[in-house]
Amino acid sequence: MKNRTRIAWTFLAPMLILMVLVAGWPLARSIWFSFTDTNINNIAEYNYVGFDNYFSEWGLFGLSVFSAEFWETDWGISIRNTFQFSFFSVILETLAGLGVAMLLNQEFKGRALVRTAVLIPWAIPTIVSAKMWGWILHDQFGLINQLLVDWGVIASKIAFTADPAYALWTVVAVDVWKTTPFMALLILAALQTLPKDCYEAARVDGVHPLRMFWKVTLPLIKYPLLVAVVFRLLDALRVFDLIFVLTSNSGSTISMSGFVRRDMVDNGNLGSGSAASTSLTIIIFLTALLFMRAARVKLNEESN
Amino acid sequence: MNQRPLWGSIVLYLFAALVVVVSVYPFLYTITTSLKTGTELFSTSLFPSAPTLQNYITLFKGKQPFGTQLGNSILVATVTVTISMLMAITGAYALGRINFKGKSTLLLAILAVSMFPQVAVLSGMFELMQALGLYNRSIGLVLPYTVFTLPFTVWMLTTFMRGLPKELEEAAIMDGCGPLRIIFQVFMPLLAPALVSTGLLAFIGAWNEFLFALTFMTDDFQRTVPVGISMISGATAYEIPWGSIMAASVIVTVPLVILVLVFQQKIVSGLTAGAVKG
Repeated sequence: MKNRTRIAWTFLAPMLILMVLVAGWPLARSIWFSFTDTNINNIAEYNYVGFDNYFSEWGLFGLSVFSAEFWETDWGISIRNTFQFSFFSVILETLAGLGVAMLLNQEFKGRALVRTAVLIPWAIPTIVSAKMWGWILHDQFGLINQLLVDWGVIASKIAFTADPAYALWTVVAVDVWKTTPFMALLILAALQTLPKDCYEAARVDGVHPLRMFWKVTLPLIKYPLLVAVVFRLLDALRVFDLIFVLTSNSGSTISMSGFVRRDMVDNGNLGSGSAASTSLTIIIFLTALLFMRAARVKLNEESN
Repeated sequence: MNQRPLWGSIVLYLFAALVVVVSVYPFLYTITTSLKTGTELFSTSLFPSAPTLQNYITLFKGKQPFGTQLGNSILVATVTVTISMLMAITGAYALGRINFKGKSTLLLAILAVSMFPQVAVLSGMFELMQALGLYNRSIGLVLPYTVFTLPFTVWMLTTFMRGLPKELEEAAIMDGCGPLRIIFQVFMPLLAPALVSTGLLAFIGAWNEFLFALTFMTDDFQRTVPVGISMISGATAYEIPWGSIMAASVIVTVPLVILVLVFQQKIVSGLTAGAVKG
């Protein structure tokens, strides 16, 4: 079997080399830059500054995270925004996805049509859905404002994407619209693996469908559901393009990824921007680990 | 066979109708908006009274090189997917069919890379792109795009490879087939659907990418369409050409929607194989 092992590594080699070149090396360099004062206009010349980008007076964590002031800094706001966005969008997507999946798991006329329709939001590029909803939610000419005024729900039109009171919730809503299909399809796949006869038996015995859902369906699909949630969570925590385009890169809705890009590219601080990106990566991985620990999800080969 | 009470059917169909309207209406509205011009743009009715292709014409003749950007997007996504798939097929065979030490660690590392926040490599990638002379050249985007398409394709194909029958491979080995022949002549035909769905999903990922394209391409002629759309502007800063933006959105989206609908079954099975089972 030694021969097979050698074949395995030979076959893996090109892929691994490329991966190290395009992912490993840039990641290592990014972490290195985070200990320097590099400017984007001249990346060849820089000074080593140690942990200054992180913990000095003007560093990311210069203020204690337990102080209110920390959460008022741009970095603190971006962390808050990202978690608020991720928390609510993942919960809503899971619930909506569960609802749509339950619907698609029923037998009814036109199911294929509904299933096809559901795929459309998923197939639309994020930038396009951001622009599209930006237009539908436009403060003067938008369809939604027009409808709400016509129905008498609101008296004056709302600036959904510009008003800080609404902007982040608008982003959450658009993300839910776009990503619910993904959740629904994953949950549907899990639902379709459930034994049918079990449900027949329960129906004959007159078990209430709701009770059936809580006692049988949910426990059986819990595992794939949690895996899907982990994937979504990791995706939501790195959000950038939707917020950047939908709310025109405004300071009130900026995400952690947006903060990194602004610091690095717009302000040219490649060094401190790298410190922010490294912190972001650590924060995301810790969050994912905590979640998986709490939900007892293991991502490994055996999970299928 | 279905004994649903009447109210149950009503609720079911109402819910189904709601789901269809919410899913389809926004894009339908986008399509019809792209056919409106002038003051009609500001009416919220679905159907334009005088549909026109003016927005599409303006888009290609406007001050932004939309046609070039479209070409950039097609080229970058195609090259990225081709490279990733070629590398992934042999890699996936090793990970899916051969047992060796360190395999699960390797798989976990690949999964971790595919879940990585893109900004984590942004500054290092910036340096690498400049060093290789790829900065501000659209084809250079293949490099950062491989960061997420390669682990994704490897992961997906590994899942599919693992599901192939063992007997087939054993018979092939008995007949004296080497591993390369097993992959390309025995497995390949069986994997065709998996290759289609994996390739398509990777293509969509590369086609939609925004952060790298925005950061590494500063010349309008080198940009890809997602960034191009986000930057369409009017004659003045206050005049946003919504008609052109909607037209561009339709052009970028319609091919994807058609592909996704045509390959519906394969994509759904690909998604679920990659995530639920993964």
